[in-house]
Amino acid sequence: MSDRWIGKSVRRVEDFRLLTGRGAFIDDHPPVGNIHQAAIVRSRYAHARIVGYDVTRARAAEGVVAVITGEHVAKETRPFAVGVTTPVHYYCAATDKVRFVGEPVAVVVARDRYLAEDAAELVEVEYEPLPAVIDPEKALEPDAPVLHDKVGTNLAGHRRLVYGDPERAFREAEVVLRERFRFPKYGSTPIETYGIIARWELDGVCTVWSNFMGPFIMHPLTARVLGLAENKLRFIVPPDIGGSFGIKSSIYPYIALIALAAKHAGVPVKWIEDRREHLLASSSGTDRVAYREVAAKKDGTVLGMRFKWLDNVGGYIRSPEPGCSFRPTGNFVGPYRFQHLDVDASVVMTNKSLTGPNRGYACGHLYFETEGMMDRLAEKLGLDPVEVRRRNLLRPEQFPYRTPTGGYYDSGDYPAALDKAVHIARYDELRREQAKARAEGRWFGIGVALAVDPSVSNMGYVATALDPQFRAKPEYLPKSGAVDAATIKVDPLGRVTAILGTTPQGQGHQTVVAQIVADELGLTPDDVTVVDEMDTFTRVWSISSGTYSSRFGSVGTSAVALAARKLRAKLVDYAAHLMERPAAEVEFRDGAVRPRGGTGPAYSVKDLAGRAHWNTESLPEGMEPGLQATAVFGFTVARAVDAEDRVNSSNTYGFIAEVMAVEVDRQTAAIRILKYVSVHDAGTIINPMIAEGQIYGGALHGLGGALYEELKYDDDGQFLTGTFMDYLVPTATEAPKEIEIAHVVSPSPLTPLGSKGLGESSSMTVPAVIANAVSDALAPLGLRITELPMTPSTLWHMIRDARATT
Amino acid sequence: MKPAKFEYHAPSTLDEAIALLVRYGGDAKLLAGGQSLVPLLNFRLARPAALVDLNRIRSLAYIREHDGQVRLGAMTRQRTIEFSPVVARRLPLLREATRWVGHLPIRSRGTIGGSIAHADPSAEYPAVLTALEGEIVARGPKGERTLAPAALFETYLTTTLAADEVLTEVRLPAMPEGAGWAFEEFARRHGDFAIVGVAAALWRDGARVTARLATAGAAATPQRLRACEEILERDGLGDTAIAAAARRASELVEPDSDLHASADYRRHLVGVLTERALRRARETARA
Amino acid sequence: MPDVRLTVNGAPREGRCEPRKLLVDFLREDLELTGTHVGCEHGICGACTVLVNGEAARSCLMLAVQADGAEITTVEGLMRDGRLHPLQEAFREHHGLQCGFCTPGMLLTALDLLRVNPTPTEDEVREGISAVLCRCTGYHGIVKAVRAAAVALTPAR
Repeated sequence: MSDRWIGKSVRRVEDFRLLTGRGAFIDDHPPVGNIHQAAIVRSRYAHARIVGYDVTRARAAEGVVAVITGEHVAKETRPFAVGVTTPVHYYCAATDKVRFVGEPVAVVVARDRYLAEDAAELVEVEYEPLPAVIDPEKALEPDAPVLHDKVGTNLAGHRRLVYGDPERAFREAEVVLRERFRFPKYGSTPIETYGIIARWELDGVCTVWSNFMGPFIMHPLTARVLGLAENKLRFIVPPDIGGSFGIKSSIYPYIALIALAAKHAGVPVKWIEDRREHLLASSSGTDRVAYREVAAKKDGTVLGMRFKWLDNVGGYIRSPEPGCSFRPTGNFVGPYRFQHLDVDASVVMTNKSLTGPNRGYACGHLYFETEGMMDRLAEKLGLDPVEVRRRNLLRPEQFPYRTPTGGYYDSGDYPAALDKAVHIARYDELRREQAKARAEGRWFGIGVALAVDPSVSNMGYVATALDPQFRAKPEYLPKSGAVDAATIKVDPLGRVTAILGTTPQGQGHQTVVAQIVADELGLTPDDVTVVDEMDTFTRVWSISSGTYSSRFGSVGTSAVALAARKLRAKLVDYAAHLMERPAAEVEFRDGAVRPRGGTGPAYSVKDLAGRAHWNTESLPEGMEPGLQATAVFGFTVARAVDAEDRVNSSNTYGFIAEVMAVEVDRQTAAIRILKYVSVHDAGTIINPMIAEGQIYGGALHGLGGALYEELKYDDDGQFLTGTFMDYLVPTATEAPKEIEIAHVVSPSPLTPLGSKGLGESSSMTVPAVIANAVSDALAPLGLRITELPMTPSTLWHMIRDARATT
Repeated sequence: MKPAKFEYHAPSTLDEAIALLVRYGGDAKLLAGGQSLVPLLNFRLARPAALVDLNRIRSLAYIREHDGQVRLGAMTRQRTIEFSPVVARRLPLLREATRWVGHLPIRSRGTIGGSIAHADPSAEYPAVLTALEGEIVARGPKGERTLAPAALFETYLTTTLAADEVLTEVRLPAMPEGAGWAFEEFARRHGDFAIVGVAAALWRDGARVTARLATAGAAATPQRLRACEEILERDGLGDTAIAAAARRASELVEPDSDLHASADYRRHLVGVLTERALRRARETARA
Repeated sequence: MPDVRLTVNGAPREGRCEPRKLLVDFLREDLELTGTHVGCEHGICGACTVLVNGEAARSCLMLAVQADGAEITTVEGLMRDGRLHPLQEAFREHHGLQCGFCTPGMLLTALDLLRVNPTPTEDEVREGISAVLCRCTGYHGIVKAVRAAAVALTPAR
């Protein structure tokens, strides 16, 4: 290989069509004719019994072809499977009760969306309102309204996980610290909302086009709900998805609902979610109440931690929850050496909208708490916050490292990354600046946050939610795995096409794949055509397929590399045969197979393709005709959770070290970011430009949750942030102008290219680093941040109250 | 989120528009820039039987100077105001306030008449109208009348305009030569409605100081801070007087709490922004 | 149902729709120009931004009938003779897009911004593009792209 494309900021092949308005998003190109449109009738109560429906006026409205209600859903579909044993029945629409404002109760199908909305207003639903509860702690009190009568409690699941000997760690500790944190409910709100087109074929196959991002475990889940054999449900995903960030994982209940509506309508049905619906009832992260304890020695060495979590999943627990608790099981301890951990994780249902993966999934919560405790430890011991972390970091010689919770950290050099961040931030200078600012009475703070960045979820992690005794039963089927597939073929003219179904949502997969294939086959990226469109009928896929959990950079690229290498090996064997030499005497070099050393005929990919397709007789005996290769890459370190609740919940683990300096305005309590340094170790970086884009994007998602965004409800469960005027997505003026980004590269030994994932990145660390910075800024007032978002009004009140008591 | 059905009219004269309003007996809404109304239509929070679109009435968009006043037709686009040399010269406070109104694409369509008639308590234009002691002209089937801001703004999103009246013109006294001005605003994000805004103008005539102050977002309607103006007119424009005026401003307002800010925080911000606005206005003022 | 006759990207187009049909829906459905995107339908996200008589405006806040007689430019109209507009080139060069959904609105907003202010500072660019929400890029690549485009569009002295 002479030209190396991996590591270059190759311009994206996707851009031409996206810049010229020729994208192929779900609402752009009707795949079939006669498409009708759906409007969803939604509950305006947070909690109510459904007494009855009257759809006569709706059915008679102009252009209407079908109306279905929760009655149809209850009769004709099953509830969704979910990874807890609690008998919560979650259907794709409300059947007996509504449990959050916005829950679907009926669907109207009409000629167009305008008419469908007109008719939706004519659907009459009779409710018997019930008291609501929205706080996870209140929901567990004895007199709390209970959402699921058959369950009898709002506790959807509870696990106590004990690793090592935390009792002893706390007994032997020289210092014990405690804190209570609250993490808010927010979601990434991609600018493109959910979109679904469903059509039933005459042979009983239901084809659904949607901007679903995976994991494709939701495919069999949905098939079961609809009473379909899996091979009778076809999911097709368009080439372009307008952002997802985890949110479009949870589109699957709507797929079932719209498919059912289409069945009744007898015509293809499209539903494009509108923004009000998206804010009301799509998906978000959980809000959480967390109690944290740290046991440490006086020199700052952490001996153990206790986590007690109450995660609020909303009105129903739905797959893949309780990933909100267990997605980071393998990296619960983060980058630190401590061995003793006690996790008490409760998943609670309240009258809020439902949750699911959201960029950073469970790690934003985890690190907000852990990094907040590390700062408190530093303060208590009179140590510098960087120093306290340094003393606890895993050392490079410990890798690959098995965490006490079953995680397998493949590679890393955490001290080097921390040192780099501190160096770039000019940390000592910042502290001097702080001293000066404090003398002037200004509130200047410095925050640090470190995180292990897990990518490529092992599907097995969800089973951590189940009791080990349950998992030990013979009828229980263990779960594990993280795989992806790629096919590469060469056509008779020597053009190379790579075919995948990774459901990209803006991450530039086509470009990255072209870079990898170009390197492997001695071509340029322009020589490689990449088709990345998922279709469960035509692509090689598995339940873990999709783009989520930052997996493409790790498992997707690995499948591509392996497929390219398979193809290359075949090309080498074929060329050797044509040259009448043993394969060991030839090599693939500069875009052709050539003899090793010395001269002789060389065969380029084009030469070989021509011969292979036009003259199959020229192939060696036993070689399959055609020039293509498929590879499915799977991580062997993705194992099922063991009897001790240990699981390697992800497959490759990166690292993030961030330093941020802020000033809190004395008059308005607004926060100004003065410096923000972010060092990432994501192994081999394939396209630095794309990587940088992911970091900037991830950081702003984290900042949004930390300062601006919250899905709010009043005490009666009424939704308060149903428009973009109230749910505040940061604009360019709120975004940090410059992030000083640097990389440390610890290639993964587990992937052919050494790459890990980078998609979530700073969304996990920014809430922690900015909360720590603001805490540091307000430390002279004795204030520490325990809750987000930090709005100017909230901070101003905190400050005023603190001053009143001094 | 699609609008409910409505009948649609796009008259080319004001008289036709008024006749339509009369015909629909209060169940028609005027469509000006649409930047406030169309979202309400899309959410189906507004469901008028008819829309009377004013955008084809060319005679409603103009900027003229008349007798020491600047008169703006109600359908004058905010964008036009932003780049108008007349406004820059005669009403620099209005120009500065315009930059806080949403974003340029909003201002391409939004109008001064629409903004004032919509009467959002956080909007910038009503505060400027109040601070500069402007007035509006309204025409209905019974004829024309002028209204001062105090008589126009009733409460949140409510003016005293009748259902069959059209706000046709906004009149603002030209600011004297050498006047100083400032519009200070605090918002969660750039382009959002103000959490609180303060419009300030001041000028000197020898030793005499004239000050004009009004708020946005600090009450259900724009608040004229006359008591603060009196402090400055009595004690001058030194730092102490400005600080005293700012303190008084905090005391004068009765803001509400909402999702974005508490009443106490708003009250505090009024003081902060009044001080900032007065200091800046003082800087730009010349004797 | 009223007729709507307008000019889109320099070509005369027409359609017929209810008065309540939004301009963005008319462009996408009746004229099959799907480059303009729907993101919020209440005028905040900016994805639907087009040029109306040369000025950026939200097409979700206009009725199609209001565009009768108007000149509209959508993202499909930025290319000239099969070549990307310098602004589009700059977005590609500087990674000003990831998923591409806000991009049409961002391009037309930036175009209007640069016509009104051909030499903006970074702050002015940020302020100008704060009219459009992006969830992918953190705006970094977009700001770089618009600043580069400003230079590319400035006529040589």
